[in-house]
Amino acid sequence: MSRTSPTPTRPRDPRPGPLMEFVHRRRRGAELFLLILSLVVGIGAYAAVGLGVDGSVPADIYKYGGWLTALIVAAHLTIRWKAAYADPILLPIVAALNGLGLAMIHRIDLGMQAKKPDYQALASSQLIWMTLGVALFIGVLVLLRDHRRLQAFTYTSGLAALVLLLLPMVPGIGRNIRGARIWIHLGPLSFQPGEVAKVLLVIAFAGYLVLYRDALALAGRRVLFVDLPRGRDLGPILAMWLISLGILVFQNDLGSSLLFFGMFLVMLYVATERPGWLVIGGLMFIAGAYFGYLTTGHVKVRVEAWLDPFNPDNNGYQIVQGMFGMAWGGLTGRGLGLGSPQDTPIASSDFIIPALGEELGLTGVIAIILLYGLLVERALRTALICRDNFGKLVATGLGVVFALQVFVVIGGVTKLIPLTGLTTPFLSQGGSSLVANWVIIALLLRISDQARRPPPEFLEPGEDMDSTQVVSMR
Amino acid sequence: MNRPIRNLAIACMAMFLALMANATYLQYWQADSLNSLTEHDNNTRVKDATFSEPRGQILVGKKAIALSKKSNDRFKYQRVYPFGAEYAHIAGYFSRSRFGGIESSQNNILTGDAPGLFVNRVIDLLGNQAPQGGNVVLTLNAKAQKAAYEGLKALGNNTRGAVVAIEPATGRILAMVSSPTFNPTRMANHDISISDKAYDRLLADKLIPLNNRAIEERLPPGSTFKLVTAAAALSSGKYNPDTLVPGGASLDLPQTSKDLVNESRGSCGGNKITLTRALEVSCNVAFGAVGLKLGADALREQAEKFGFNKRDFFTDLDDPLTSQATSEFPQDVDAPQTALSAIGQASVTATPLQMAMVAAGIANNGRVMTPYLVDEIRSADLDVIKPIEPKVLTPQAITPSAASKLAEMMVAVVDNGTGRTAQIPGIKVAGKTGTAQSLPSRPPYAWFVSFAPSVNARVAVAVLIQDANVDRDAISGSGLAAPIAKSVMEAVLNP
Repeated sequence: MSRTSPTPTRPRDPRPGPLMEFVHRRRRGAELFLLILSLVVGIGAYAAVGLGVDGSVPADIYKYGGWLTALIVAAHLTIRWKAAYADPILLPIVAALNGLGLAMIHRIDLGMQAKKPDYQALASSQLIWMTLGVALFIGVLVLLRDHRRLQAFTYTSGLAALVLLLLPMVPGIGRNIRGARIWIHLGPLSFQPGEVAKVLLVIAFAGYLVLYRDALALAGRRVLFVDLPRGRDLGPILAMWLISLGILVFQNDLGSSLLFFGMFLVMLYVATERPGWLVIGGLMFIAGAYFGYLTTGHVKVRVEAWLDPFNPDNNGYQIVQGMFGMAWGGLTGRGLGLGSPQDTPIASSDFIIPALGEELGLTGVIAIILLYGLLVERALRTALICRDNFGKLVATGLGVVFALQVFVVIGGVTKLIPLTGLTTPFLSQGGSSLVANWVIIALLLRISDQARRPPPEFLEPGEDMDSTQVVSMR
Repeated sequence: MNRPIRNLAIACMAMFLALMANATYLQYWQADSLNSLTEHDNNTRVKDATFSEPRGQILVGKKAIALSKKSNDRFKYQRVYPFGAEYAHIAGYFSRSRFGGIESSQNNILTGDAPGLFVNRVIDLLGNQAPQGGNVVLTLNAKAQKAAYEGLKALGNNTRGAVVAIEPATGRILAMVSSPTFNPTRMANHDISISDKAYDRLLADKLIPLNNRAIEERLPPGSTFKLVTAAAALSSGKYNPDTLVPGGASLDLPQTSKDLVNESRGSCGGNKITLTRALEVSCNVAFGAVGLKLGADALREQAEKFGFNKRDFFTDLDDPLTSQATSEFPQDVDAPQTALSAIGQASVTATPLQMAMVAAGIANNGRVMTPYLVDEIRSADLDVIKPIEPKVLTPQAITPSAASKLAEMMVAVVDNGTGRTAQIPGIKVAGKTGTAQSLPSRPPYAWFVSFAPSVNARVAVAVLIQDANVDRDAISGSGLAAPIAKSVMEAVLNP
């Protein structure tokens, strides 16, 4: 028999066989091992901060370490119990980032207290927010058995997201903080509703696009190798564009505006498989950005501070301090507790990356960026192997939220792009963001559990196979 | 939907790579520039760290003129200047807010960050010792510096002036003093408000004590510039020390109705006198006439050979707060200005360092050496890391024979002429006085340049007294400047 002769194709089995040859393993042991490393990073960083600042390991290291360990172990056990096939890398990445962030916020607290004794420490409240985040994480995994049930809430979550985005504009509860009107205050609690809106928007977009992707994918005109959509299908993207512009103009929040529009655009592209949407969206983005540059003062301020931060007229003090910090850190950093990250204003929220860069050096920064890269690629990997389109779109959307947010904030504080205020996921001080991000990870784990779980196997046809099929779930 | 997701994954990877590349640029390539106080003097991290480090010593001979001592506050080490004001413009000062002088120009040696000290740094790290800075050894001669400092001080605290002494054969700077001066100790105070207040007071002072007049002040050199004119004359081949030149009471300035007259308003001792005699009595008419004959281009060429119109040859004291002056012989000069330039007036200006180089060049057989202040770089344990070699600035500013003739003429100035006040018993001193007019409303500047011994000279000096608390009539090169030059030369020759 000739070697080159094609092997005869198997005649299609009328019975549905296994959908995929490859069966994912649970890998919970690997997750546990990685989690131990993450805890070593988090608790080790906390100890190193104490050694660097005071010359001794903090006395409450057992309390702190025990608390962190308890949270992580609880999250891990929930996954074993409710999402045994979920991706084993996501939780360790997040645990490492959150632990590192807590240690750094604590370190900046100590630095600020040395300068101003009445400074309000932020690390302990961040630990409480993390606890709340992990609780919600467990809640999502326990209560949400199948992510597809979220599809039923497409319009509800869209509406809820809009309400949340509008809340800061309501007089009485909305607050202006550092120029951006994106906060609400209810009694002693303050909250950034945009962080929650981000999750709801992904669900709303995914539900909407699953239904209307065929209509939106209809070819319009072909211009220069790109299929452009028809004019009448521009409605949704136009609406999203206006909402984003509204956030920019009325709430002065360049970062969120960019994040929401970018997220929508990417999900539209993935749902329709038409790069034409990216072209249209890109043009709209440029138009919107230019409009913002002309009409709102603060976009212009940010661009000028980006182009020439060292010019004293340009409001570049914060970014210059961040750059000085990173340069001072150099390749290997000053060591935790041994730099001056508190010299950069608001170091523990937007500017936590320069703070980490100062004390952990380029090595630390690259490691953190790699962790984010892994996180995003695991989310997209989940989207790739997910069997249903809704899950694919949600996983893509959530992955892109991280990618855009990390790019915009780290790029901004390292002067790659103009600075826009966004939190660094899991690292920055800020409760709303931390809680929302833990929920996102829970959703991603839920989808990946669904995607990696071996497909249902059909039982041998019984006698009454014509009426019903019995499916066994593993 | 998988194809767009894959594309997206690639796009995300590109974004993260861009972030990593940018962080690498910031923390590796751009870091040196961001951490340089020269480029970013508002970088508080580097300021605090630099201020808290033990720095190397600045040494003159075996004596430290700046050293770090342990202190018990947050900045850990206190900078001390045992000689205070005497070396203020050289050692400079070191405060958290700013630093100057050698403290600034040799900062990366003193902190130990210089590439040459890298090995020592690694050894310190391996041996678990605090990294130590390198030491900077200066070319200064402690006795000469003291003589110069005391000489200026004797004229009163408000005296504006400077003294520079150079070793002619090498260009080593043996003394450099500027007056009025200041005490660097107060600026090194760890209480930043005290330090800043001291600095602000110095800045506000009308006499500008922070100015190092030896290199930052540029004034008409007056009759001392006749040495350059004489050098150009001897080099041209048309003149000898015995050549007769006009010595009358006045010289008609071409293209104008004015005349050039002598300081004494009389003649220089005849209508025709020798070039040597003209130098002895500092005859304006004679040198104006010689300058006219040689032309502006020949004068400029000669001046540039001594270092005029150049700036970059002396960098040892370059720091952001020092603006070193360039000695100048102007480019476009008409005939009357040429005559005035030949006697060091009009737009000719020179720093005391430049005039010391003229004297040193003549003393060194016409070869002008590049002046320098940093003699050696040593490690913390005083091993020599980098000796500095003398460099030639101009191989032959004038021929050796012209140089020895000019030296003889200068000896005549000290023996029989205006420079008698610089005579040293038993040693042949060559010199030239200068009393430069500026505005009629203000007193003239007193200059004196000299070297000794006249053959194989070991020291060349320039002294400038810009003004002092003495009568207008008492201000002259021979009266005020020459005695200081004499004591500096003595300090070098008779230790």
